[in-house]
Amino acid sequence: MIKFLSLFIFYIALSQSVFAQDNSDCLMCHEDKNLKGTNKGRTFSVYVNERKFNSSVHGDMECIDCHQDVDPEDLPHNEDLEKVDCGVCHGASETDYKQGLHGQAESRGDPLAPSCKSCHGYHYILPVKNLNSAVAPLKIPFLCGRCHREGTKVQLQRRIPEDKILQNYSLSIHGEGLLKKGLVVSATCISCHSSHRILPHTDPRSTIARQNIAATCSKCHSEIEAVHRKIIRGELWEKEAHVLPACVDCHQPHKIRNVLYEQGMADKDCLKCHKNKNIVSSVDGHSLFVDYNKIKKSKHATVACSQCHSEVNASKQRACETIVNKVDCTACHAEIGEQYITSIHGILKAQENPNAPTCKECHGTHLILGKDDDTSPIFPTNIPTLCAKCHREGEKAAVRYKGTEKNIIKHYTQSIHGKGLIKSGLVVTATCTDCHTAHHELPHDDPKSSVNPKNIASTCGSCHHGIEEQFERSIHSRFVSKTDKPLPVCNNCHSAHTIRRTDNKGFELEIMQQCGSCHPKIAATYFDTYHGKVSRLGYTKTAKCYDCHGAHDILPVDDPRSHLSRKNIVKTCQKCHPSAHRQFAGYFTHATHHDPNKYPYLFWTFWGMTGLLLFTFFLGGIHTLLWLPRSIQWRKELKRKLNENTEPNQQIKDPDENKD
Amino acid sequence: MTGTKKYFLRFNTLNRSLHFFMIISFLTLSLTGMSLKFSYTTWAKILSRIFGGFESAGFLHRFSAIVMITVFLIHLINLIVVKRKESVSWKTMLLGENSMLFNKKDFEDFIASLKWFVGKGPRPEYGRWTYWEKFDYFAVFWGVFVIGLTGLTLWFPEFFTRFIPGWFINVATIIHSDEALLATGFIFTVHFFNTHLRPEKFPMDIVIFSGSVPLEEYKLDRPAEYKKLVESGELEKYLSDPQPSIVLIAMKIFGWAALITGFSVIIWIIYAMLFSYR
Repeated sequence: MIKFLSLFIFYIALSQSVFAQDNSDCLMCHEDKNLKGTNKGRTFSVYVNERKFNSSVHGDMECIDCHQDVDPEDLPHNEDLEKVDCGVCHGASETDYKQGLHGQAESRGDPLAPSCKSCHGYHYILPVKNLNSAVAPLKIPFLCGRCHREGTKVQLQRRIPEDKILQNYSLSIHGEGLLKKGLVVSATCISCHSSHRILPHTDPRSTIARQNIAATCSKCHSEIEAVHRKIIRGELWEKEAHVLPACVDCHQPHKIRNVLYEQGMADKDCLKCHKNKNIVSSVDGHSLFVDYNKIKKSKHATVACSQCHSEVNASKQRACETIVNKVDCTACHAEIGEQYITSIHGILKAQENPNAPTCKECHGTHLILGKDDDTSPIFPTNIPTLCAKCHREGEKAAVRYKGTEKNIIKHYTQSIHGKGLIKSGLVVTATCTDCHTAHHELPHDDPKSSVNPKNIASTCGSCHHGIEEQFERSIHSRFVSKTDKPLPVCNNCHSAHTIRRTDNKGFELEIMQQCGSCHPKIAATYFDTYHGKVSRLGYTKTAKCYDCHGAHDILPVDDPRSHLSRKNIVKTCQKCHPSAHRQFAGYFTHATHHDPNKYPYLFWTFWGMTGLLLFTFFLGGIHTLLWLPRSIQWRKELKRKLNENTEPNQQIKDPDENKD
Repeated sequence: MTGTKKYFLRFNTLNRSLHFFMIISFLTLSLTGMSLKFSYTTWAKILSRIFGGFESAGFLHRFSAIVMITVFLIHLINLIVVKRKESVSWKTMLLGENSMLFNKKDFEDFIASLKWFVGKGPRPEYGRWTYWEKFDYFAVFWGVFVIGLTGLTLWFPEFFTRFIPGWFINVATIIHSDEALLATGFIFTVHFFNTHLRPEKFPMDIVIFSGSVPLEEYKLDRPAEYKKLVESGELEKYLSDPQPSIVLIAMKIFGWAALITGFSVIIWIIYAMLFSYR
């Protein structure tokens, strides 16, 4: 720009010089120190110091380049010369100026409006880089301060929302840097407000308008996003400036100090109305009362009202009347916000589902408590109750949910996790959010869900780390078994909400059905053996699938690390049969007598025995059936023959007959 | 003897006691064992619970096994004692008319019985032990031997697999369980019919508990034995007084209980075999 300007000036100077009279012609008169001129009733010195002029940035130019209404052929010229139009050369700056507050004031004829020369001077304009320039960084605060400090006409008569501007600036980190440390790159007035197009912050084109302020500050603080990453996703400052706090919300203008800025400065203003217990919303009548003392415990105690209710306009009588949108917590909690909008809660919210929970449904509004506060709704022991508000049977989320899990809350409270949490008060026990995450809940069939089969091992592993390690090395791990078939994960065996201790009888017996759901043949043959049969009678001490195969570290029997490998099998049997030996381990734990190829001995023994049974029953049956009619006949004969006998018979028979 | 009906003593006190303990142990063994064999039926689970769970059912099974083996051993010892007492040779003991071993007469009786069954002859004149009684006797002999041995194998698998391969435990399981099925099935149907439930004795023959039958009845039932005893003049030795009626009632109650239990097991086995066999 400067290069372009100087070229432009050079060109003009060249072209004009053809006609120009020499500057000396002008100086013939104007070097007289006492020369006075009058214009519009004012009398002023028209002396020009040639030396100073020559050393100015315009030193190479002719007087008439600027004072274009002077006719060189007709000297002395008229006294009422037109104002010099800097815009002839400095068009861009002039346009900016005219759009700015200063230019507008000037065109209104405001006598206090500054023109070019108010700041830049006129004949002796020095390059900006020259420390003596009126607009050198070090001088800018004072230059602007000429009008914008306490007591000036501008400050008193014009509507300037800020006060003690110069004083505050000089105490600010920028002012201190510039004025005390002489750091000329430190931000001055024009760094933020721009030099020519100075606009109020309410004007969207302004460099200090809400949406532009981040861009303005980051001209110098270009890496500031990295510093603020934890609080705000930097890129959002430019993309979604309306929802985020602007730099100045925290670092107040003119008072910018990294430690000294006062937070919550305007809360008093808000409380003027909101401390009134009867204040209600004009829309739906809900109370707008804010118990300021009560929320002192809140995590946000040091956060100003306006940092959350960010659309307030301090210049309004009711600063909050400009609020259109609800509080957006993601302004500060951007990462959590990102998680939320991709969670099922957030997705439902985006679909405008009235039941979808937002931040406040779980965290509350003004009294936000941390998860380590036992009165907080997100304190571990309170989480099941919190989630139950929607997920208890019959409640809105439970009604909407069409999956397989029923009575989630009831089951959870009866589960080992629920008992640990509620009965034992063990706050490290898994609560709803430990498995489902706090802000990124998704249905289990979503691959991104923490309870998706792919992710569940690592979800459970966040507490049961050792188990996860074992599991991920087992044949059931998807890292070990490369297969399209579904592999079991934690909840297939342990269930989700009904999870029990594994030494619980119910678990021990059901696990075999569970294994059998994928390994039906091997489970069926297990139930043909002694172990299987007694387990079915509810005997839990007997060998169950995992007693031999291992639970989480299950491996194929041909793997030497398997509990059933040749090396380990005897030791495995010895867990229950202390005197077990290798030959003992030759017992078929999954034998069936239905397979002649795999178990010929058993097959033929079974059919041999069955043959023996059928043969014996056949003979016995035939014999009995043939006997039956004869026996009935014989009974009659016997009775007849006995009755032929004497009386004593009757005596003995009596008791029998009475009984019958 | 006047006015009182004469009774013939068929079973002495020892044999009756052995049979009593045999019933108790056999019923317990079959109930506890079947509950394991048919563990997939609801009945088995209920039964197992009645026995105080599987562990106590298992204990009862083994305890009853010891009782039965003891009964078996006492019987064997008694045979030797009787032999010594009567100072007869092994030959007389085993091949004599009172022997439980099958002999020519049994074969003839069997053929004659079949003829009688089909109406081609009179009722054979049965002796002291009929062929079906001998069959039952040896069925128990065989059963105790086979089921007992396999049972011991299953009881102490660690010990037995030192001599036999591990897979024999599986074989032993099949033999034990199927032989038990045979024994149970046979005892609770054929044996019940043969000896206790035949129409001529219906509703129940309690001779195995009371030990004696009216002499008149015995004369008709076992004419060969009766004749023989009359001829040898030994009949007096076997005559006895009847049991008091209260004892008879108790015996009948016990008999009925055993019968009902046995039939229940049969119904249950048939149910399991038909509807949920695997």
